[in-house]
Formats: sequence, structure tokens, C-alpha cells
Amino acid sequence: MLTLSHLSFEANGNQIIRDLSAEIEQGSFTVITGPNGGGKSTLARLIMGMAQPKEGRIVWKGQDITQLSVSERAKLGIGYAFQQPPRFKGMSVAKLLSLAHGRELSHEETCGYLSAVGLCANDYLNRDVDASLSGGEVKRIEIATLLARDLELAIFDEPEAGIDLWSFAKLVETFGQLHENKKLSILLISHQERIMNMADEIWIVENGAIKRQGKRAEILPSLMEDLPSCEYKK
Amino acid sequence: MQDKEKQLLEMIAGIRGFQPGTAFNLRMNGEGVERHSTEQVTIRPKSDQNGIDIIVKPNAKEESIHIPVLLTNSGVSDLVYNDFYIGENAQVEIVAGCGIHNDGCDTSQHDGIHTFHIGKNAKVTYTEKHIGEGNGSGARILNPTTIVHMEEGSYMEMDMSQIKGVDSTKRNTECYLQEKAKLVISERLMTHGDQYAYSDVSVYLNGAGSVVQIISRSIGKDTSTQVFHPIAVGNAPCRAHVQCDSILMDQAKISSIPEISANHVDAQIVHEAAIGKINSEQLIKLQTFGLSEEEAEAVIIEGFLK
Repeated sequence: MLTLSHLSFEANGNQIIRDLSAEIEQGSFTVITGPNGGGKSTLARLIMGMAQPKEGRIVWKGQDITQLSVSERAKLGIGYAFQQPPRFKGMSVAKLLSLAHGRELSHEETCGYLSAVGLCANDYLNRDVDASLSGGEVKRIEIATLLARDLELAIFDEPEAGIDLWSFAKLVETFGQLHENKKLSILLISHQERIMNMADEIWIVENGAIKRQGKRAEILPSLMEDLPSCEYKK
Repeated sequence: MQDKEKQLLEMIAGIRGFQPGTAFNLRMNGEGVERHSTEQVTIRPKSDQNGIDIIVKPNAKEESIHIPVLLTNSGVSDLVYNDFYIGENAQVEIVAGCGIHNDGCDTSQHDGIHTFHIGKNAKVTYTEKHIGEGNGSGARILNPTTIVHMEEGSYMEMDMSQIKGVDSTKRNTECYLQEKAKLVISERLMTHGDQYAYSDVSVYLNGAGSVVQIISRSIGKDTSTQVFHPIAVGNAPCRAHVQCDSILMDQAKISSIPEISANHVDAQIVHEAAIGKINSEQLIKLQTFGLSEEEAEAVIIEGFLK
């Protein structure tokens, strides 16, 4: 469904992604994990079109989308949840969700999306997505914006970061429900074992390349051995 | 009224006619055109100068007062004094505002001087919208002055906006607050072309427990210039919060010059100001919904000036 062929990306003379190739099947749940600074977020940004690869191609359902803009990729059914979502002065939660959906959402629909990410809808509908919300609240609203879209590929960059334990449990449940809907493919960057436990496929990205990839059952048991340990401890 | 005038009226005051049965005064091209009072609100012309007195009886409730001004002839220069006397415990909504349509080559200018005397425990909502339009080369100039005297326990919400088409504006707002008076000022401004906008807002918190909140949001486009000069002076135990946010686009210039003074040990006065271009992450976020960059920019601006 999504094919990444020989992708590479440089920033300030540093090679961030190195000749990376991979595939995502329709309806699959893929978790990208690996050490910080390994290139996970950059890879996600390349897929969404927020950064342009120096070399390589991205093919989505048979169409080369390497040169397409973020907006064009969005219209093809690809969505992206930011690790640190931007805030908007004067933009209500309800308005943001309606923009995500592409038309004005009813009160009931909006409440449904907010409840799915563990927010009590009536407390949030008319609040602005600005600095008055906590980091965790903004993060949950960010995930709700993806739920509000009619997507075929949803990319989540560390959705669990900044979310409290109770909401995390709710979130795991939400991802589980999303995964049941086999129309949607999920690509999710995470360090959480509970999330990796839901994955069909796990990629370990390190130093700009996929170090290992495979079915959850193959990767998860030996995952800790794959991650580099701290030099100081050695 | 012609369609052009009805459209302007709708833009500045949200109405399309003379609002029969309500307190209403329409001033057009330097002359009073239509005026009516109600049992609780008297509007009468001044005998010694241009302008009107608006007198609201004590305890008046659910009164909506519209006093729009239209300038549709090129080359009109209008100076007007409007004085508001709001009785104790009254609750009123006042919609003012000025629309200029200038298709000619001469300058059209309206200088409105509004003075409010707000009685004890009265509650006032004041909305003032300014709009300029027309294809003429003549300038559209608005220089509003607003002076507010607030007695004990009174409350006022001032919502002032100037979204487009006014070439030059110099706004002066002065407010004097007695005990437990509360004032909320929201200013919205967008300038484009080579427009110039200057705003002086001075608030004197003279009574114990008085509170003011000033929220100013502005967008500067093209080569326009904006200057904000909010002043909050605490002369008693009081609270003041001034927040100025501006988005800068193209080659526009914006200055924010806050001035806060505390003359009492229990005066708490805070000022926050930020000027910057549209955050690129905001634009990208909206593009991930399928919006183009231009659509995303428009949505951000619309929300910011809401």
C-alpha cells in the first residue's frame, strides 16, 4: 500500500535517513521504535511530505507521491499527528475538529471524537486550542483530529508522550479499535510496550536505517538486546 | 437608504435598517438622518456642538442602542461628540461604529469623541466596528477618542475592531475606574497596503478592587504600520492584565510600547506582548487536513481576530 524505496535525507550536512526501504500493508499496524535521534520522526515527516527526501521514492497505492505537497497527500487519505502539536489562538476545539473532518461536525460527532481520547467533551468544545490547555490535553485533541478524518494511513509521532496513565489506557483502547477497522493502516512511533503489543509489524530504526523489522512475535522478545545500551554502563 | 449604505450598516452594526422601536441614531455624511428614543433611553442632539447625548435611565434592562455613522460622500470631514450617561444598575448594549465608502479623490474623515459616564453597578457592552471601502484614491481616515468614567461596581466590555480599508487611524482611549469597577477591552486590528494605525489606551485604576483586562490582537500586512501604546496605572489595590499579540506579514511594521505603573503596594499589573510571523507548524498542521497554504493562513487569521 505504501512503499518507501531507497529514501535518504540530509539536514545541515548530517545524514538523517540512509537508503531506507520498507513497505506497509493495507490495514496493518506498524510500530516504529528505536533510540532517540535515530531518524524515526524524520521518516514520518518524509511520508507526510513535511520534508523532502534527497533521494528515493514514496509510492502510495501505486502513485508516486514523492513530489506531492502535504495538502495533496492529505487529500489522498494520509494523516499525521504531531509529537508536539502547535497551538492556535482563537481556534476552538470544535472548529479544529471540523477543519480536520472537512465539514462542520455536529455536536454529537465532535463529542464522540473527544470521548474517544478520554476528554469530557462538554468541557472542551468551546475552549481554544491555545496555551490555556495542558500539554496532555493538546496531545489528546491532536489524536482526536486524526480520528475525525477519513483516513487510509494514520501516522502518529509518539502519541503517548505527555499523556497521563489513565488517558494512556484509554488511548491504547482507541488504537485497538482503530486497528479493528482494517481499512485504516497505522504507522506509529512509540517506545511503549503496551502499544508494541498491538502491532502487526515492528521496525527498529537506528542511525537513519531500519536495523531490524518483522512480525511482532519475532521482534518484541529480543527488542531490548537490539537497543544500544549506555556506554557509561558498559 | 441605498444598497451600498445598507451593506455598510450591516458590516459595522449587524443591522440593515432603522431599527424601529429601539434606541437608534444614524449619522450620515455629517448629518443626523434618523433618530428615535425609547421609554428607558433618550437620545437627543446637542445644542452647542455636533453630536448627541444618550441618557439611559437607572435600572433600565435589555436595551440595545445602535448609533452607527456612515460616510458615503467623498471629501466629508466630520467631528462629533457623543456623551453617554448610563444610570445606576442599568444593563445596556451599545453598538457604535463607522463605515466609510469613498469612491472619490478627496479625503473622508470621521473623528468621533465618545464619553461614557457609567453609574454604580451598571453593566455596559460596547461594540465599535470600523470599516473602509470604495475605489477612490481619497483617503479614509478615522480618529476615535473614547473616554470612560466608571463608578463603583460598574462593568464594561469594549469590543473595538477595524478589519479593513481604513487608511489612517489614531485611536485614543482613556478609562478611569472607581472601586470594584471592571473593564474588559478587546481590540482587533488588521492593516494592509500602506495603512497606518496608532492606538493609545490609558487605564487608571483609582478604586480598590478595580480590574482591567486588555486583549489586543492585530495583523499587519503589506507595508502597513501599527503602533500600540497601552498604559495601565494602578493607584489602589487593583489588578491589570494587558496582552498584545500581533502577527506580522510581508513588509509590515508593528511596535508595542507598554507602560505600566504601580502607585500602590497592592497593585498587580502584568503586561505580555508578542509580535511574530504565523507559526509554520500551524500552517503545516492545517495542511495535513488538506487545506492549501493560503486556506490555512486565512483560517489562522480568522481565528486570531475572532
